[in-house]
Amino acid sequence: MLEIKNLHVAVDGKEILKGLNLSIGAGEVHAIMGPNGSGKSTLSYVLAGRAGYDITQGSIAYNGEDLAALAPEERAAKGVFLAMQYPVEIPGVTTMTFLKTALNSQRRARGESDIDAVGVLKLVRAKAKTLNVSEEMLKRALNVGFSGGEKKRLEILQMAIFEPKLAILDETDSGLDIDALRLVAEGVNALRDPSRAMLVITHYQRLLDYIVPDRIHVLAKGRIVAEGGKELALELEAKGYEHIVGQAA
Amino acid sequence: MSIAAETKSQVAELGEKYKYGFVTDIEMERAPKGLSEDTVRYISAKKGEPDWMLEWRLGAFKRWQAMTEPKWARVHYPKIDYQNAYYYAAPKNTPKKQSLDEVDPKLLETYKKLGIPLHEQMALAGVAVDAVFDSVSVATTFKEKLNEAGVIFCPISEAIRDYPDLVKKYLGTVVPVTDNYFATLNSAVFSDGTFVYVPKGVRCPMELSTYFRINASETGQFERTLIIADEDSYVSYLEGCTAPKRDENQLHAAVVELIALDNAEIKYSTVQNWYPGDENGLGGIFNFVTKRGDCRGKKSKISWTQVETGSAITWKYPSCILRGDESVGEFYSIAIANHYQQADTGTKMIHLGANTRSRIISKGISAGKAQNTYRGLVSVYGKAKNARNYTQCDSLLIGGDCGAHTVPYIESRNKTARIEHEATTSKIAEDQLFYCLARGIPQDEAVSLIVNGFCREVLQQLPMEFAVEAQKLVGISLEGSVG
Ligand SMILES: Nc1ncnc2c1ncn2[C@@H]1O[C@H](COP(=O)(O)OP(=O)(O)OP(=O)(O)O)[C@@H](O)[C@H]1O
Ligand SMILES: [Mg+2]
Repeated sequence: MLEIKNLHVAVDGKEILKGLNLSIGAGEVHAIMGPNGSGKSTLSYVLAGRAGYDITQGSIAYNGEDLAALAPEERAAKGVFLAMQYPVEIPGVTTMTFLKTALNSQRRARGESDIDAVGVLKLVRAKAKTLNVSEEMLKRALNVGFSGGEKKRLEILQMAIFEPKLAILDETDSGLDIDALRLVAEGVNALRDPSRAMLVITHYQRLLDYIVPDRIHVLAKGRIVAEGGKELALELEAKGYEHIVGQAA
Repeated sequence: MSIAAETKSQVAELGEKYKYGFVTDIEMERAPKGLSEDTVRYISAKKGEPDWMLEWRLGAFKRWQAMTEPKWARVHYPKIDYQNAYYYAAPKNTPKKQSLDEVDPKLLETYKKLGIPLHEQMALAGVAVDAVFDSVSVATTFKEKLNEAGVIFCPISEAIRDYPDLVKKYLGTVVPVTDNYFATLNSAVFSDGTFVYVPKGVRCPMELSTYFRINASETGQFERTLIIADEDSYVSYLEGCTAPKRDENQLHAAVVELIALDNAEIKYSTVQNWYPGDENGLGGIFNFVTKRGDCRGKKSKISWTQVETGSAITWKYPSCILRGDESVGEFYSIAIANHYQQADTGTKMIHLGANTRSRIISKGISAGKAQNTYRGLVSVYGKAKNARNYTQCDSLLIGGDCGAHTVPYIESRNKTARIEHEATTSKIAEDQLFYCLARGIPQDEAVSLIVNGFCREVLQQLPMEFAVEAQKLVGISLEGSVG
C-alpha cells in the first residue's frame, strides 16, 4: 500500500531524511520509534504533503500512485490521514463545523454527495461517544483551549469519522492518561482492517501493548537503522536507543 | 492540479468572480450631465417635491460649492470630476407601481438574478424589501402587512410627499446639511432611499431591507435613508448593495440617519458588495458614506453591523451619538480588502449622557495589495458619568503586500469613564492552513473557513436570513488570495 524508496527530504535547505526505505502492506500496522529530532514528524508531514518539505531524492508510492504529485487535500480524499503531534487551533471555527466541512470536502473530491448537517451530527455524535469526546467539546472552537489529551482524542475522532486507508499517528499517545490511552488504542484497533494500513509513531512501548504492531522500525538521523517484531520495542525500552543506533553506525 | 497551478488558474479567473457584474439593458432617463443648480432643480422636479424640499437642497448645494473634499483618510484615488457624471438616472416610464405585477419584468428579473425575490409569494423568508435601482425605488414589498402594524416603510421620495411633517421633523437632524463634503453633496442631489417610521410601542413584525443597485454607467448614486424608532419600539433593517463591472469609477455617496427615542432599539445591518474593481485596480465604486445614529431617548440602543467586501474605495464611519442616559451604541464590522481595494472605515461613539455604553468589534482582513484602516473615535463628554466603552480591533493579513492600520482616537472629559481598547494583528498561519488541507479542505475553502472563524463575533450579529450569504461572500471575496 505504501512504498517509500531512498527518500531524501530537505527543510529550509537542510537535509532531514537521508535515504529512508519503508514499505507497508494493506492490513498491516507498523510502528516507528526513534530519538527526538530523528525525523519522525518530518516523515509524517512529507506523507501528508506539507509545503516546505522538499523531496530531493527517492519516491513514495501510495497504492501504486506517486504521492508527491498529489496536493495535500487530494491525499486526504484518497484516504491518507495524519493525526498530528501538535494539533492546530482554529479560533472561531467550531469543531462540528470543521468536521462537517472536512468530511464533505473529502466526499466531494471523491465524487460523492454531501451529507447534510443532521446526518453529520448523527455520525459525529455516535463516534464521539465511544471516544468520550463530549458534546460541549464539539461546540467549542477547534482545539482552542483543549487540553493536550483532548486534542489527541479529537484527532482520533477525526480518524474514526474519515475512515482513512492509510493512517499515520504521530505521537498520539503522548500526553494521554491511562484511560484515554486505552480509548485511543481501541479506536485504532476498531479501524484495523485488511484494506487499511497504519503507521504509529511513538516513544513508548506501552502503546504497543494495546496496538500490537506487525513490524517496528527504528529511525535515527533520517534513516531506518533497525527493524524487527514487537519484541524490538521491549529491547529498546530496556537498553535505550544509544545501544541500537550505536550498533548501526 | 498542484496548489501553485491551481492558485494561478484561480487568479486568472478572478476577474470573472464578481457574479453581480452584469448590466441590465433597459431604457434610461437621465439628468443632463454635470452638476449645477439646474441639476438640483431637475431632480427635485422629477420627484414632484414640495418647495421646502427644493429650498433645502439648494441651500445644501450652495454650501457644498464652498467646501473642499476631505483628505485625511488613508485612501488614494484620482481626482473626481464632479461635472463629468450624471446625478439622476431612472428606468424610463416607470412611475411607482401600485402592484408588483406592473413592474417592468426586466427589473424583476434583475433582482431575481441578484437573489432578491420581490414577488411576495416568493419572499418566503418574510423580509420586506425596498428595491432602489439607480436613482429610484422600483418596488416595495409587504407594505400592507406593515401598514397594519402602523409601520411606515416606503421610498424617501414618497415620504417627502406623504409624510412631510415626519420628514421635516427628523431629516438632517442627525447628519446636518453642513456635516461634511459628501453628506452636503448628498443633501443637494439625493435621489432615493428608504424611509422607516416605527410608532410607539411597536415591534416591527419583520426584517426590513433595502436593496441598492447601481446599473447605469457614469452615474452616481446618492441614496438617503431615514429611520425613526419611536418610544419603546424595535426595528431591524438590512441593506445590500451591488453594481455592474465597469472600467470607470462610480461615485456612491449615501447618508443614513437613525433616530431612536426612549427605550427604542434599531439594528442596522449592511452587506456592502459594490463592484470592487478588477484584480489590477481598474474600475470599482468609490463609496463615501455618512451613517450616524442618534440615541436620542434614554435607554435607547443603536447597533450597526457591517460586512464590507466591495468598493474600490470605502470611506465610512457608522457612528452613534449616545445622548439619552443609559443609551447603548454598538458597532460590529468586517472589512475585507483584496487586490487594490482601499478601506478606511470605523466608527465614532460620542458619549453625552450618563451611564452610556458602547462596544466596538472590528475585524479587518487585508489581502493582495490592499490597504485596510480602522479609524475610530471614542469621545466621553463631561456629563457622561460612568460611560463605558470596549473596543476590540483585530486585523488579519493574507500575504506580504497588503497593509493593516489602526487609528484609534480616545477623548475623555469625565474621570468616571472607563475605556478599554484591545488590538491584534495576525496572519493566517501556515500550520492552520496545512491542518485544513491535510483534512481534505481545499485551499480557498480553508481560507474562507479560517477568515469566517476570525469574523465570527460579527457574523453572529447579522439577522439569520443573511448570515449564510455573508459567510459565502467572505469566502468569495478572498478567493485565490493565498498562493
Ligand atoms: N524548518 C526547519 N529548519 C531546520 N531544521 C528543521 C526544521 N524543521 C525541523 N527541523 C529539524 O529536523 C529534525 C527532525 O525533526 P522532527 O520533528 O521530524 O523530529 P522527530 O523525530 O519528530 O522528533 P520528536 O521525537 O521530538 O517529535 C530536527 O532536528 C529538527 O530540528
Ligand atoms: Mg515529532
